[in-house]
Amino acid sequence: MFPAVSEAVLSAQGLSKRYGKREALRAVSLDACRGELVAVIGPNGAGKTTLLSILAGIQRPDAGSVNRGPREIGWVPQQAALYGKLTVAENLRLFARLEKAEDPDAEVQRMLDLTGLADRAGDQVSVLSGGNRQRVNIAIGLLGCQPVLLLDEPSSALDPRQRERVWGFVLSLAERGTTVVYSTHDIAEAERHANRVVVLADGELIFTGTPDAFQDAVEAETGGRGADFEQAFVAYLKARGH
Amino acid sequence: MRWLLAKDLRILRRSPMLVALLVLYPVVVATLIGFALSRGPDKPRVAFANLVPSSGQEIDLGGKRIDVARQAAPLFRAIDPVRVRTRAEAVKKVRDGDVLGALVIPQDTTRKLQTGLEPATVDVYYSADDPVKASFVRDTIKSQVQDANNALTRELSRVALQFLGLISTGGNYSFLGRDFDVLGLQRSERMLEQAKADLPRASPARDRIDQVVRFARLARENLDLSDDVLSSVSSPLRVKQTQLDGGATALSSFAVPLAAAVSLMFITLLLASGALALEREENAYLRLVRGLVSRTGLLLEKAGLAAVCSTVVVLLMLCGLGLFVELDWGRLGLWGLATAFGALAFAAMGLTVGAMTREVRAASLLCVMASLPLTFLALVPSGSVSPALYDVIRAVSALFPFKPTLNALDAAINGGEGLALPLAHLAALFAAFAGLSRLALNRFA
Repeated sequence: MFPAVSEAVLSAQGLSKRYGKREALRAVSLDACRGELVAVIGPNGAGKTTLLSILAGIQRPDAGSVNRGPREIGWVPQQAALYGKLTVAENLRLFARLEKAEDPDAEVQRMLDLTGLADRAGDQVSVLSGGNRQRVNIAIGLLGCQPVLLLDEPSSALDPRQRERVWGFVLSLAERGTTVVYSTHDIAEAERHANRVVVLADGELIFTGTPDAFQDAVEAETGGRGADFEQAFVAYLKARGH
Repeated sequence: MRWLLAKDLRILRRSPMLVALLVLYPVVVATLIGFALSRGPDKPRVAFANLVPSSGQEIDLGGKRIDVARQAAPLFRAIDPVRVRTRAEAVKKVRDGDVLGALVIPQDTTRKLQTGLEPATVDVYYSADDPVKASFVRDTIKSQVQDANNALTRELSRVALQFLGLISTGGNYSFLGRDFDVLGLQRSERMLEQAKADLPRASPARDRIDQVVRFARLARENLDLSDDVLSSVSSPLRVKQTQLDGGATALSSFAVPLAAAVSLMFITLLLASGALALEREENAYLRLVRGLVSRTGLLLEKAGLAAVCSTVVVLLMLCGLGLFVELDWGRLGLWGLATAFGALAFAAMGLTVGAMTREVRAASLLCVMASLPLTFLALVPSGSVSPALYDVIRAVSALFPFKPTLNALDAAINGGEGLALPLAHLAALFAAFAGLSRLALNRFA
């Protein structure tokens, strides 16, 4: 199902971030390899968005480092960062030019083909559905052809059909060798669409491994007492004082 | 950066309602302010020095005493007089901005009124540092002096006509407590006719009496006409106006830079603040500043967009006004310079508002709420409020670009006071607001 994982392309070491008295991240380290799909999961306020925004270069960590600069990492914010008054093609062309693409028009066409939105290229973004808007949002994150793509809760606020469409698109990127790190609070989604999960709680990294290993760890914690996985996950967090 | 600029222009092109509002609203506000300017405060403070000694306040006209101070009462109906003792004190109050103008009644006023050989003159002093104020002082005092003139004229004419009536028809007249019976031309004519009838037909005296009778008739008939002649003599008082300092811009000419400054302010503030806040509302801000555009570059792009658009609109507006108002087209380059400096300062202020509010609607509301009072504060003339309050108003006005923009546009369009100082002021405000907006951008996301 998932592409072969080989070399590490993203490495973050000992990331810490504090907002006033609140510690949002505590010495979190993360490595991601080429073509890998890494899901960062955790309850609200766990530090998922803070971790991704530090990896994206939007925020500076109080401590720790990331091996790549912002221009080497594609970033897709949770809410579509698009100009509603511009068409799909105009949005793509604008950001392609800002990314200093050699041939912006060719890049636009490539993204329209990749997102399957060629027939909507002339429509203003404001009239697109949430799913299509998110596809354009992701496409803009890919314009710089960076080897790493960060997605902050890419499927939140989408209906199941739109979600499936977005995930089909993201998986196709990973198959082409893009390293994808995404945050979600949907555990089932992480199980289905990741080959590694990173679990955060209260800014602390409490697990990293494959989805199967995570399921085993949770079940071991809860004794496999037949509860559904979400309930087991909550119990797992509770057992670790979160 | 140019692609961002092209994007913003395209968004503007697709928002016709917004563009229409951006242009129409300032025009409406500028018109309203223009109307408001046609009126001044109800009772302006005017320094008043009456140098006529108390013993000489009355004039004697044929034994009738006329109190000049009482007749000049209309002067004080429309002003709030600040009484001072000397001319120098009155002039100082104007120079210090304590009063809008000064009215000085010279020592020889009643003597001149008494003799009637030359018109009495009252002296008016005003500061022309503000054309609105200068026009208001001139108009107010002129109209009040005219009212005083009318009152004095009525009184003088009434007394003079009584005497003419006595000369023409005769009658009783009291002087120093004694009554006199004045014969009058009419009765003289009749008495002469009777005297002529008593003379023999061949008497040579009849011809001489005839001559006197014809003179009496002629004099009486023409004295009847003198009522109208006297009524037309209407200026016993004259006004001598002295401008103490400031330019000589007429109020009608001042309205042009004022309209331009108001329009420039609204268009630039709304455009700059809205364009910046829109980047956040569209969630594009973080994507842009993640290496695509620097924060400073983003601010410069928005400032440039707002300044260029508003400068073009205002210059077109000035060209349109030039079709109806006489403007010196040779100063077109200076118009552009003043407009561009003002636009940049307003743009930087708009960016600060946009960066602080972070929402288009909040930014627009704050721009309107802040700029209207600042406009009116900048137009408050010295002397219309207490000196301390005026100093505060002047300091507040100096912190925002409206007043220096108005001064720069006035200098550029009407050739008023120097252009360099307001331009330097605007450059300093641009730098200050640009710095503030850059700081505010740190918590923009």
